[in-house]
Amino acid sequence: MPIEIITAKDITVRYNSIDVLSHLNFTVLKGDYIGLVGTNGSGKSTLVRTILGFIKPISGSMRVFGHISSEFRNWDKIGYLPQKMATYNPNFPTSVEEIVALGLLSKKTFPKRITKKDKVLIDRALELLDIIDLKKELFGNLSQGQQQRVLAARAIVHEPELLILDEPTTAFDPEIRESFFSLMQDFNKNKGATIILVTHDIGSIGKYASKLLYLDKRIIFYGSFDEFCKSDKMSQFFGASSQHIICHKHD
Amino acid sequence: MELLDFLTYGFIQRAIIAGCFIALACSILGVQLVLRKLSLIGDGLSHVTFGGVALGMVFGFYPIYFAIPVVVLCSVGILKLSEKAKIYADAAIGIVSSLGIATGVILASKSGGFNVDLFSYLFGNILAISNLDVVISIFVSLIVLIVIFFFYSEIFSVTFDEEFAKASGINANTINLILVIMTAITVVLAMKIVGIMLTSALLILPAVSSFQVARSFKGSFLIASFIGVLAVVTGVFVSFLLNLPSGACIIVVNFLFLCSLFFYKSLK
Repeated sequence: MPIEIITAKDITVRYNSIDVLSHLNFTVLKGDYIGLVGTNGSGKSTLVRTILGFIKPISGSMRVFGHISSEFRNWDKIGYLPQKMATYNPNFPTSVEEIVALGLLSKKTFPKRITKKDKVLIDRALELLDIIDLKKELFGNLSQGQQQRVLAARAIVHEPELLILDEPTTAFDPEIRESFFSLMQDFNKNKGATIILVTHDIGSIGKYASKLLYLDKRIIFYGSFDEFCKSDKMSQFFGASSQHIICHKHD
Repeated sequence: MELLDFLTYGFIQRAIIAGCFIALACSILGVQLVLRKLSLIGDGLSHVTFGGVALGMVFGFYPIYFAIPVVVLCSVGILKLSEKAKIYADAAIGIVSSLGIATGVILASKSGGFNVDLFSYLFGNILAISNLDVVISIFVSLIVLIVIFFFYSEIFSVTFDEEFAKASGINANTINLILVIMTAITVVLAMKIVGIMLTSALLILPAVSSFQVARSFKGSFLIASFIGVLAVVTGVFVSFLLNLPSGACIIVVNFLFLCSLFFYKSLK
């Protein structure tokens, strides 16, 4: 019996009397690697924030690891990479090492302190993302792509059971993007982590993710890539050529 | 040795001790405020202090102690306005700040106009620092240091990325509340040293100076604290030597430190 990590039942989220998510029903199972795809304004980030309990739906229930999302407290099980930092200051005086250490705080009790043992975990996360040589660098001095990899290291450093990455690859060049998707695939297969990865790169994600969740305020498609490629309904919805782009690279 | 004779004056000792501890608290809080683009909260709250002081004078209370609860309430008001009322933090600060000045001016005019006492609150008066002020300054700075020591990781996380901090189980709203309340109390005490008009500089300048050279968040706290304290000692000394207003001297010295560090960084 597969374990349900996320269970969304009839979720509707409304801003200023407009539905930004409408009657979503889906289940994420342990070990899923889901590509969450949709156009700008389709509600991808809103869905992510609803899963995390930051947004309360006006109807329906969202359960994460069996708990109502707004009451969820086992944060050490989740790794998160937000889309962008609202208050982020490019001149923030902090080193790469310090930022990655923030990912370990969810496992700690008061007073939260970074120990020598933690430094080993930090180094391992930096090595995985191939940025160990940047460890002592100022975060503000890095390129956007490097900064994004630091934030990804922060999300995975505590080896979470559920990893939610909101557009992690926008600042990456194609080569690094592919290697990032592949790294997440390893993380998914070898560590058994469940992954939700928001991306615009619908062409590449199919090579790595096991499922596709296509959102446009409501769920257009949710299932495996094979199901997507064989679906006549999707051919009609996207047109044969778009469906081909998604499926071609997957094969 | 003559140069150090000024240290034998009681009012200078009180000014330096209270000033150093307040500068310490201001520098540490300032680092967080500047990084979160809340630099002007000090300016806003010091204007509210003006209203609080005038209110205290009208009712015959020792103004500073009357001002503290008023300013704390307003700081929470700014936070709630920006969180709940969909008002940007700078607009919320602007609203509360001008309301503070307006209240102060009305009360001052009703109670017989501006007098010397109120003027000393505007521009600071180190002669007016009492032993009790010194004790309170030390007490408040120690509280700020203790909070920073025990909640350093949470404060760092919320300051860098509030959304991520929430997803790490950190209660960002409580951290924000603690930060603005500590800022409010510190701003009222800083008023005695540099005056209402210059308080925000005591929050901003050491922080911005530290950012020129700091290579870590922890480092920026240490450097800002060192610069803040050194500027108070140097500023009080210069003001005594040249017979100039001490608050203004402290700020100018702070600015010179910033310039020096900026050039040092540019040369590297």
